[in-house]
Order: sequence, then C-alpha cells, then structure tokens
Amino acid sequence: MKTFFLKVNFIFIFLIFAFISNISNSKEAQAELLKPNWSFDGFFGTFDRASLQRGFQVYKEVCASCHSMSLVSYRNLGEKGGPEFTEEEVKAIASQYEVTDGPNAQGEMFIRPGRPSDKFKSPYPNENASRSANGGAYPPDMSVLAKARPGGADYIYSVLMGYEEKVPENIKLEDGVYYNKYMSGNKIRMSKPLSDGSVEYSDGTKASEEQMAKDVTSFMMWAAEPHLEVRKKLGFKSVLYLLILTILVYLIKKKIWSRIESKV
Amino acid sequence: MSADNLEQKYKPVHTNKTGGSPFTGITGWIDNRLPVIRMFKHEYLDFQVPKSLSYFWSFGGILTICLILLIITGLSLGMHYKPDTKYAFDSVEKIMRDVNFGWLIRYAHMNLASFFFIAVYLHIFRGLYYGSYKEPRQLMWLIGIVIFFLMMATAFLGYTLPWGQMSFWGATVITNLFSAIPFFGESVVTWLWGDYSVGDAALNRFYVLHWLIAFLIVGAVVFHVIALHIVGSNNPSGIEPKDTRDTVSFSPFTTSKDLVGMLVFLLIFVTVMMYAPNYLGHPDNYIPANPLVTPPHIVPEWYFLPFYAILRSIPDKLMGVIAMVSSIAVLGLLPWLDFSKVRSSVFRPIWKQCVFLFVLNFFVLMYIGAAPAEGIYLVIGRIATAFWFAFFFILAPLVSIVEKPLPMPESIHEFENWKKQGKIKTINIFSK
Repeated sequence: MKTFFLKVNFIFIFLIFAFISNISNSKEAQAELLKPNWSFDGFFGTFDRASLQRGFQVYKEVCASCHSMSLVSYRNLGEKGGPEFTEEEVKAIASQYEVTDGPNAQGEMFIRPGRPSDKFKSPYPNENASRSANGGAYPPDMSVLAKARPGGADYIYSVLMGYEEKVPENIKLEDGVYYNKYMSGNKIRMSKPLSDGSVEYSDGTKASEEQMAKDVTSFMMWAAEPHLEVRKKLGFKSVLYLLILTILVYLIKKKIWSRIESKV
Repeated sequence: MSADNLEQKYKPVHTNKTGGSPFTGITGWIDNRLPVIRMFKHEYLDFQVPKSLSYFWSFGGILTICLILLIITGLSLGMHYKPDTKYAFDSVEKIMRDVNFGWLIRYAHMNLASFFFIAVYLHIFRGLYYGSYKEPRQLMWLIGIVIFFLMMATAFLGYTLPWGQMSFWGATVITNLFSAIPFFGESVVTWLWGDYSVGDAALNRFYVLHWLIAFLIVGAVVFHVIALHIVGSNNPSGIEPKDTRDTVSFSPFTTSKDLVGMLVFLLIFVTVMMYAPNYLGHPDNYIPANPLVTPPHIVPEWYFLPFYAILRSIPDKLMGVIAMVSSIAVLGLLPWLDFSKVRSSVFRPIWKQCVFLFVLNFFVLMYIGAAPAEGIYLVIGRIATAFWFAFFFILAPLVSIVEKPLPMPESIHEFENWKKQGKIKTINIFSK
C-alpha cells in the first residue's frame, strides 16, 4: 500500500513536469503549427545543401528587400555544414553588393564591391529607416530568428504558409495589417511574401509556395545554427563514448564492491 | 634580574612545525613543509565513509564537477564576451559562430547552469529525506543554504549577460524588487543600476559580479567540504558508523561509485546539450534586448519558477519579496524545527510522506510560476505557498512530536542486512 502511494506520487510529479514543459506553448490557444519533415531534425539530422542554396535564393530575392541578416557573412555560405557554395560562387555573390568602406588615405569613405569576409548587407542603414519604409513596422533581423520564436522552424514555416484570404469575423484588421493563422495574435504587418513562382529556381525545382517556404526556413535555421551538423555528429560520438565508458566504469565499480559485499 | 628568572616568565613557542610526514624523498620534503599530500591521503584515500551510501550521495561530487566545468567554460567565454549593451548580444553570437567550438563552450555553460540546479535540488532533497541537516551537521546545512543563495544570484546575473529580451526584462523585474525596501528603495535601485534604468552601467557590473560570486561559491564550497570531513557523511540509515564493519575507505569504494554517478549525470547532460541545447532556455532571449518592447510574459529561468510563484502569490510587493527570500532562508531553521531524534525517513513513516508532499508542492509552485498570475493559478499558488511554510513551521515540529519511529537496527551493517532481507524499503532507483 505504501509503495503504491509512493508510485502515485511519482506519477503525479511526472505529470506536472510534463505540464510545465507545455505551458509556455499552450498559453495562447493558437492553431497547431504545421510540422513538415525537416532534414535537420533527429539525432543524425543534416541540412539539405540544395534546399539551403534554394533557400538563400529566396532570401536574396524576396526577404532581403526588407529583412537584414546582419550576423551572417558571405563567407559562411561556402563553409562546411552550410549551403556549401563553391569559393568562386561565394565571391560572385559577395561582389554583387556594394559596401561602404573606409576611410581611405584621404580620409574619405568609399564604395567597393563586397568581399566574402563582409557581413550580409542590410536593406536599411538603421532601424528608423527600416520602420519608416515599412509603415512603422520593423522587419526583424533574420540571423537568429529561427531560434527566437517558440516552435522554431515549424513556426516560421507555418507563418509563411498561414496567410488566408478569408478573415474570421471576430478579427478586425487595420490598414496595412494582414491576417495570419499562425502568427501570435493572428495579425501580421508583413504582406504575403511568397506565392507560386515568386522566384525562378536555377536548379529547375518547381517554385511552389510550399517548396519556397520550406527552403527559406531551412536556410534560416542554418543561419541561426550554422554548426548544427557538427553538433549532432559530435553529440552522437560523445554520447556513445560516454555510454561505453559508463558501462565499463560500472563493471569496475561492481568488481571493487564485490570485495566487501561477499564478506558481509 | 637573573637570566633564569627571565626564562620562566615566557612560554616556549613552536613556530616551526616541519616534519611528521609519512612520505620520503621529494614527496616527503614537500609534505614536511606543506602537509597537503598527507591531508589528501588522509581525507580522500583512507577517509572512512559509511558503506550504505546510495547514489544520492554522488551529487556532492557531481556538483563539484559542474562547478569546475562552469568555471572553465566561463573563463573561455569571458575571453570573447563584451559587457557592453551595444556589443553583448553580438559578441555572444560571435562566440556561437566564429570562435572555434565556441558554440560548444557556450551551450555547455548555458546548460550546465540548469544541470547545476537539477543536481542541487536532488542534493537538497537527499538532505531533507535522510535528515542530513540534523546534529551534528547543522552548520554544513547552513553553509549549503548560503551556497544556494549565491548560486541563485550568480545564475540570475549570468542570464542577463547575453543581453536578450529576457535578460533585460528579467534584470529589470528582479532589480526592481529592491524598490520594495521602505524609505530607501528607490535610491537602492538607482545605486544598484549605477543609472536610472538597467543599461550599460548595470550590465558591466553584472558581469563583474557574476565572476566574483562564482568564486565566492568556490570559497563556500571549500568550507562545506571541510565541515563534511569533520562531521562525516550521513547515510540512508541515519545511524552513525561505529566500527570498520560499517564503513569503507573513500578510495576506491566511494570514488568508483561516485564516478558511475558522475558519468550517468554527464551522459544525460551531454545528450540534452547536444540535441536540445535551447530546450531549457527561453526563445525570447535570442531577440536582442529592447527597452521599448516588453515581452508578453516575463518568466525567469525554470529553476527560479517555484520562488517566483511565491513572490507573486503575495499581493504586497514588500511582503512578496520577504516571502520569497524567507522561503529559502527557512530551510536554515529546519535543524531546530524538526527535533525528532531519528534522521532517516526510512524509519519515519509520517515525515516520509511529508517530504514527498513537499516535493510535489515544489513542482506545483514551478507550474504556477510559469502560468499567468490570475484566476485559479493565483489561488493554487497561494495554497502552495502556504503549504511551503506550513511544512517547516507546523509539520516539522508536529511530526517530531506525534510520530512513532519504526524499529531501527543497531548499526549500519545490520541496516544493510535488513535491507537484504527486505525488512526495510529505500528509494530503489538510487541504490543499485
């Protein structure tokens, strides 16, 4: 009876623990997020290079007109575990941008083509410029955005796919505000960014809304977590190593303790 | 006056205490002048420890390892971090992106903080359940509470450093608690901030204090361990060892067992760190701090939630702060509030249930701390807060008087025999 009571206690504790881990998500009763199969999920997850390269194209041609990604450098695009563009491609991408540098020997700022070591060029010089160009809204920097929202990649993907023509009657939209099924509060100041054929993929993949949303979300996940692949690989190795070591040490411990336990 | 008389007036002194080392050669030469080698042998190799210790006693060692790893990773992070509101967030991101294995060091530091608290909560639970706070270990228990307070302070300060939204707003909410101090509140807060709001001055000093308190913890831990080596470990039977049938030597018995405990803990830690590094954190902290935008819910780190719940259950700010601080400080009174002569809950049927209820209540408070402070949550929070204090001020003395302890064995080796015969039950998962 007593052990039964203890067990019930433990079950309670676990249930409450499970509740706690859910509460932050469940507080705002929102539509359940879309959960596509991400290649980077799971214990052996890796990024899909082609998808990251396409995602970069979507970012460059659609998102980058409003959203900065100021923590990422062009050189990152060529690094291992990322989109892995070749060195020439990275140089070509960087040189498409004009970067202000200086001061030179005459003390003047000058404009030069971008280099791989430069950070992604931001569409606006500062937050105020960005706000004034976007009707008062500030398009957030996308460098770590995929980690900065509950739900992560699923949330980003869902918001991109969550624009609906039919607005529920209880929601009143002001000017320049759009309805989004998954956005917290259901209101978003970004107009629907992706529609079929927004970009033309150079690898021939059909640029459906879904495909583009998936690609650009993968790209954002990589931007937020550029070492994800190394982490998972190293994680597997270290867990395996520790597991074997733990078993061996446990056997040693048993052997040592058998010296006295047999005497009792 | 003659020389003989002079000598009688003074006592002989022995300023030179060299010698007495059991070692020879270079080891002996050093040990004769600095007897740490002798001490190490005495305290860590030959030291006698009760043989009935379960894995619950590994958490002391686990916490030491956590502290060392936190300091090593913290030192590496400190070499790249910039405590400036303009650069703090980006410098952390630089560590994550450009510093070699910076992501590993940063994720390790971040998750170690959480695992440090997991271990310390289990360590405190062990103390509560087996009566480790009782005579003669009261002072050790008190030093432990000091360590816990310091841990909370340094964890809070550390959380502000990445200068994300939760860092900033958490810092604002917590430092504002000091404004509850009567008369001087506002001035104290301004003094703490070094400014009229949480900003550059505050971040800079938080960084310095985060370091300072980390080393204060090391100091307090040293005292905690010295005290342990004076009073000796408690054990699941709660009976003091009497002869060598009751004990084992620290090495290789305790060391090998502790090593297993540490490795299992490390395994769980590494799994979380490598596969869900941000699970225990809040996504808002990846948004750079913005004093103009308040997050919809300001929540502290998970390990502060129970105490945050206590703070919010009291309608008055000052009383809330007092309740929160005293909810931890009250642990220090436990050795005197619980005056039962029996230490271990194994022989205390009623106290055992009380401790489990206390744990349950702890999780209830944790749940309430994460929930909005309104409606039913507020009611539950208040009941749970009342129970927290009732546990110490009512249950502990009451149970000491009312409870009739179960029959106890004479010694630890008899306790071990009883356990083998199935006469007594202990917590199974930790006794393998």
